[in-house]
Amino acid sequence: MALTRDQIPVRAARELRDGFVVNLGIGMPTLVANHVPAEMDVWLQSENGLLGIGPFPTEQEVDADLINAGKQTVTARPGASYFSSADSFGMIRGGHIDLCILGAMQISQEGDLANWMIPGKMVKGMGGAMDLVAGVKRVVVTMEHTAKGKPKLVKTCDLPLTGKACVDMVITELCVLEMDREKKRFVLKELAPGVTADEVKAQTQAEIIVPAKVATIEV
Amino acid sequence: MIKEGANASMGSKVFKSASEAMQGLRDMGVLRDSMTVMVGGFGLCGIPEQLIIALRDTRVTGITCVSNNAGVDDWGLGLLLKTRQIRKMISSYVGENPTFEQQFLKGELEVEFNPQGTLAERIRAGGAGIPAFYTATGAGTVVAEGKETRSFFRPGDGRCGATIPGKGYSGRDGKAPQDGRPREYVMETGLFADLALVKAWKADEFGNLVFRKTARNFNPMMATAAAFTIAEVEEIVPVGAIDPDQVHTPGVFVNRIVKTQSEKRIEQRTIRDGAGA
Repeated sequence: MALTRDQIPVRAARELRDGFVVNLGIGMPTLVANHVPAEMDVWLQSENGLLGIGPFPTEQEVDADLINAGKQTVTARPGASYFSSADSFGMIRGGHIDLCILGAMQISQEGDLANWMIPGKMVKGMGGAMDLVAGVKRVVVTMEHTAKGKPKLVKTCDLPLTGKACVDMVITELCVLEMDREKKRFVLKELAPGVTADEVKAQTQAEIIVPAKVATIEV
Repeated sequence: MIKEGANASMGSKVFKSASEAMQGLRDMGVLRDSMTVMVGGFGLCGIPEQLIIALRDTRVTGITCVSNNAGVDDWGLGLLLKTRQIRKMISSYVGENPTFEQQFLKGELEVEFNPQGTLAERIRAGGAGIPAFYTATGAGTVVAEGKETRSFFRPGDGRCGATIPGKGYSGRDGKAPQDGRPREYVMETGLFADLALVKAWKADEFGNLVFRKTARNFNPMMATAAAFTIAEVEEIVPVGAIDPDQVHTPGVFVNRIVKTQSEKRIEQRTIRDGAGA
């Protein structure tokens, strides 16, 4: 059984470590925040200038001056800090963020990422995605394995890139893939319960490394 | 460019209304068609909303506007798009504005997308007198097309000292970089405008500014990166009333201040589950 859309963020949350500073992208990656283990202290960074995102506010707590990068009203947790966009991206570009989790349209077999524009469609802009993948220590992508039946893990991205060779891990409903920087290929690390390596390969255009033994994703 | 004396003493920096804060700027050479304007804010958070309306009412056209976003249809920079006063936007993300989309698709509006951190740094650099800098952001993408690129070792050591092309070392295993291969960096240029419109929480009469929460965003850098800067604030206090340690933007960067009644619109009012709505 492939993972559900709710189970992918659960698996992604296992990449968190105590004390990590993490930036979560808009959409499915944001849901990872709901699965931070209780005993773990994780600091969420919002690129519009907040380190230490708290829960969404109550009606009384809503403050127009306090939003996240998705423009949603949020709160700040104890120990939080506010800063300018220049400082925020200094943090990101300078390698001070441990992990970012974001979505993808396409990923190449060498870890190139495309997630910001489709030629011929209205381009909304890359926002902070290019800075995040260029600067954050570890880049994890959560996505559906295919789009309308077409593989998103491809030999070469034909969509415009967000960053080159920047993806460290991909988590889909079928599997977990981890980049081997020496071999420049993703290694199949885990399979969703009941999913076979052949099924993954059938839905993957990219060349991937399949070890003799592959673990099963715990759900 | 600004005429001689514009930065010199002109009496008080405090103006009564946003429209009065625009007065005399044409004669000073600040306001003119085809000018470049920086406008602070992230989404609708921390935008100089009344100054945007006042700029619209000056009827200046052909504006090149540097702002992270483009407002929404009927608020923020959306107001200047509606009146077609903006010719070009330099932004990182413009997804919330259908007017923008229409004008862009018809070819009436030019857009230069910058990665958000590159945009922030270009403004910071411009204000700090730095003509250009190198960044790894956008290397190997369309953003780098036509720009000079160079290989560098990544600065620093240990914590931020990765040197692996394309990617730093994994924060998880904490291993130091294994190889010393350099990485590709893209040259980006500093940005400097004729006019910056910024939003702050509090100002003193000298123009020292204090920002509030995430309404800070692009405002501090923009205040430094224009020939003339006007700050819209919620409170003006006498000189000396702000602790020097708490000043975010020193008054030297601010030419005029105006206190307004801001609406502070919210784009995505999101409430915690079970918190009652």
